[in-house]
Amino acid sequence: MIRFLLGRLWQSAILLLLVSLIGFMVLHLAPGGPMSRFALTPGMTKETLDRIAEEMGLNRPLIVQYFDWLWSLIQGDWGQSFRDKRDVLAVIGSHLYATLLLMGGSTVISMLLGGWIGVRSAMRQGGSFDYAMTIFCFVALSIPTFWFGLVAIFIFSLWLGWLPAGNMITVGDGSLGDILIHLILPTIVLALVNVAIWARYMRAATLEVLGQDFIRTAKAKGLSPRRIMNKHILGNALVPMITLTGMQLPTLLGGALVTETVFTWPGMGRLFLDSLGYNDYPVVMGLLMFSAILVVVCNLLADVIVALVDPRIRLE
Amino acid sequence: MSTASLPLAPKTGFWHNRAVKRFRSNLLAKIGLFMVVALTLACFVGPYLLPYDELFIDVRNRFAPPLTGGHIFGTDPLGRDIAARLFHAGQISLMVGFMAMIISTVIGTVVGVVAGYRGGWIGAVLMRLVDAFLAFPAIFLLLVLAAFIKPSPLMITFIIAITSWMEVARIVEAEVKTVRERDYVMAARSLGLSSSWIMFREILPNVIAPIVVAATLTVARSILMEAYVSFLGYGIQAPTPSWGNMLNGAQQYLIQAPWMAIVPGLAITIAVTGFNFIGDGLRDALDVRSQKK
Repeated sequence: MIRFLLGRLWQSAILLLLVSLIGFMVLHLAPGGPMSRFALTPGMTKETLDRIAEEMGLNRPLIVQYFDWLWSLIQGDWGQSFRDKRDVLAVIGSHLYATLLLMGGSTVISMLLGGWIGVRSAMRQGGSFDYAMTIFCFVALSIPTFWFGLVAIFIFSLWLGWLPAGNMITVGDGSLGDILIHLILPTIVLALVNVAIWARYMRAATLEVLGQDFIRTAKAKGLSPRRIMNKHILGNALVPMITLTGMQLPTLLGGALVTETVFTWPGMGRLFLDSLGYNDYPVVMGLLMFSAILVVVCNLLADVIVALVDPRIRLE
Repeated sequence: MSTASLPLAPKTGFWHNRAVKRFRSNLLAKIGLFMVVALTLACFVGPYLLPYDELFIDVRNRFAPPLTGGHIFGTDPLGRDIAARLFHAGQISLMVGFMAMIISTVIGTVVGVVAGYRGGWIGAVLMRLVDAFLAFPAIFLLLVLAAFIKPSPLMITFIIAITSWMEVARIVEAEVKTVRERDYVMAARSLGLSSSWIMFREILPNVIAPIVVAATLTVARSILMEAYVSFLGYGIQAPTPSWGNMLNGAQQYLIQAPWMAIVPGLAITIAVTGFNFIGDGLRDALDVRSQKK
């Protein structure tokens, strides 16, 4: 187990190094590169820019600059926002809660609903439920999230008037119930794609378990279908779903960005687009690196959990 | 009795190919093919059949609902025909999706073949690079690149390709690894052929099936990605219409003119669903192992 853990940690460290390299390259694509803040200031002369560049150490070799940047990244010094001079990490932290609420809510929905659809489709493979759900999943995977959001706003907010069209709280309210009501539409919109993904994977995983010998043994022993389902099928089919949760995180984060924009939800995605609009590159780069690091760490966590749950993995 | 009537000789030719037959017997694949062909025809031929072009401003019919005043999908706030704009935008969106697929498939295939055949540290580095690119949420990376590099349709195509070649690379690498030790590769090696010949003339033709499947699904993905960035305002820019930026403009008129939002969204959904159906049908027809593992 220790060896497995060390191996996975080592792999993730290398992955993070490559992620930081890509991030560094992207940073240098920004108009003016790391100098963008000064390059955008009106009345800036070439001489002043050169002097600032020298003070910032920008005429050192790129490799030195990279390790310098990486070191401050590791120390938690991610720079200051151009907009309000707050630390980038603090700005991200203040928007994290709203995004986690949205992603958590829709993950619960997609696990329950997608899992149920997947298992039911697999148990009656080729049946009408299976066929209908296959088509549903394809369409759900193809609908642009933002468009589904607009249609949902049109129907449930503008037409029926049942649910608020955006924001996280009503001005002057802000109770838990108020937040929950605002949470309903964006959560469902974000969940749609993920329900489809979960259903497809759960179906495949269940079918694979169903074909195994131990299921036949369990049936031959005369176990009740309920016991076979709970203990033998679900127990085994759910293990790959842990890996899936980690793998799907980038898609979920991207979906959250779009959903937050449509519903003016004050999370990381909105922050990202706002900062992009204000040319607030430190925050933009911070969010880009933060989401990639989050993805690497969560995938590592998922692998460790799978190894803890499933003893077969550790033997490899 | 003539020998021609013996059932032993199988019919040959395109329509009797086993994969083609299997594809033809797949209902969803046929529906997908129909959707894509119909939409492509509408976008490239449709504009010639409409009474209005995409720039004509019908002042008396501003905000016209669908099917009024000769506007099948209605008009926008300026009185421009939405059908004409939709088809025009479709040409751009479909072209971007198709070209992005070609570029990302080429990148992914080269990376995958080299990583799979060479293996060792070159393969390890390349595949870790694939993992690193996959760690970034595609939309985040896409938006940053589109904001930093001034976008034109060509640039957007390139940026989408840069963020979507990894899937192909993974599939190809896995496939090449299984093919690498086959006898014909050994034979080619013992004949002293160069490794680039072996990689691209011996191995590549044998892993083409999964590439075709992945490429089809990449078209769907690219069309969706273009819609996302353009909707968010960083993709194809205003005078040039695309399905994504039509929706961007429609957002503020959701109450007065909901059809402005509904029509382009349906077009995107039809195109993406169509390509996904075809891709899945091809996967079954070409007997590609499920990659969803």
